[in-house]
Amino acid sequence: MVIVLQVSMKLEMKDSPGQLVAALKPISEVGGNIIAVIHQRDPHSADDTLNVQIVLELHEGRINELVSLLKAEGVHIQRIGKERLLYRRTVIMIGHLMHTDLSDTIDRIDRTGFAEVSELSMSMPAINERSSSRLTIKSVTQNDMEKAIAILRTVAHEKDLLLIEPLEEIS
Amino acid sequence: MKIAILGLGAVGKGVTEMVASKDLGISITGIADSKSGCIDSSGLNTKSILVKKQKKGFCGDKALSAEDVIKKADYDVLVEVTPTNATTGEPGLSYIRQALKRKKHVVTSNKGPLALAYKELQTLAKKNGVALRFEATVGGAIPIFHTLEHGLAGNEILAIFGVLNGTCNYILTRMADEGLTYEQALLEAREMGYAEADPTYDVQGIDAAIKLVILANTIWGDGVKLDDVNRTGIDLLTPDALKLAEEEDCTIRLIAEAIPKKKLLRVAPRIIEKSHPLVVEGTLNAITIETDMAKEITLIGKGAGSIETASAIIGDLLYIRDRYVERA
Repeated sequence: MVIVLQVSMKLEMKDSPGQLVAALKPISEVGGNIIAVIHQRDPHSADDTLNVQIVLELHEGRINELVSLLKAEGVHIQRIGKERLLYRRTVIMIGHLMHTDLSDTIDRIDRTGFAEVSELSMSMPAINERSSSRLTIKSVTQNDMEKAIAILRTVAHEKDLLLIEPLEEIS
Repeated sequence: MKIAILGLGAVGKGVTEMVASKDLGISITGIADSKSGCIDSSGLNTKSILVKKQKKGFCGDKALSAEDVIKKADYDVLVEVTPTNATTGEPGLSYIRQALKRKKHVVTSNKGPLALAYKELQTLAKKNGVALRFEATVGGAIPIFHTLEHGLAGNEILAIFGVLNGTCNYILTRMADEGLTYEQALLEAREMGYAEADPTYDVQGIDAAIKLVILANTIWGDGVKLDDVNRTGIDLLTPDALKLAEEEDCTIRLIAEAIPKKKLLRVAPRIIEKSHPLVVEGTLNAITIETDMAKEITLIGKGAGSIETASAIIGDLLYIRDRYVERA
């Protein structure tokens, strides 16, 4: 299981050209996914520093690497905000996905309130042929994820879809 | 040490050749195929027997059956390498029972009898003070049972994950690498001699499930049966599904999985990271063992083949020789 954290960081850097890029580059280097960059300049500030708030998703194991990369770029981390644990699991479904009401399939997960389908990729070779789709599901706890996958198994069984789950090792 | 061999297909032939060509202190005193048999307590001339088998289609005297060899030949270990029947286990199951009752050790590559009657056969072997070994039934040349029994002795086995069917792994490798459809990849596997004319047994995961049952019974002694395995084959996979997995640096492989704490026994196509050690190419097999002390160990090797399977059988024979026969 890949554990993804949602990280919110408040960064302080020099208000000079290239500084924002210097702060964002390490995030992509560690494979982080930037969700929001909030960049407010106070016009009354005489200060030559710039404060930026960044929200990103990142694999749990890479946080320390990101922190040291930012430091190396001369970016000061004022605080690392509240971290929310996110579980993410990707499955593949094969079958007559459109004819069996794809939006219902997704809604069965979304309406649980504890898990949601966050990404969907599909390929439909031809009408009446089976299509293939990749769904990414997110949840806050591992238990919620197990419940969401169980729902998907039921839906796949009902709609005669082939559900391919990721291999989850136990350690 | 003297051995008798039942079955002279690819595996029986491989064992016969290797025993004859290597100086292992093993002599072959009985051989039978489905039509004939031969017995000589001073050791058979295996070269002429193999030539006869190739020329005439049978190996010995038609008046002698496999059962005659089991009952009359002078041997320490019976090597039972007849074809697998997953429904009845026969004729191998009866052969193994008879030899054990004669207080003879048995080494087999036959999955049917083990999957159907593991407990019965082990009890029978114990009662008669002999060994029943079956390294060749799972993972071909990979020494999985030796590893579990000796190398990982004292470990608690928490889970086992395996790529146990070379045909499926070949098909999935080709679908992933070349974008072939399932039908195209299967056709190619047939041309290469990796798939049977009727591929059901392989592509619907039955072969992998049988091997998983043997593993589970050996490790946890839980008496599980083929019907206890939750099984999905690879025959409905699309090249698009493999592409969708590829976009995430993953691929799809048929994985056999047993996790006793979750009461999980499953064979199904799974999404797996391409960098995972279980992602092997072509007809290779791979098995990951998770234990409490050693953590994860993965073994990779040839899952089939005449000489490769003979390697597993000879490993069992020498184990029996060292453990039982020389002491007696």
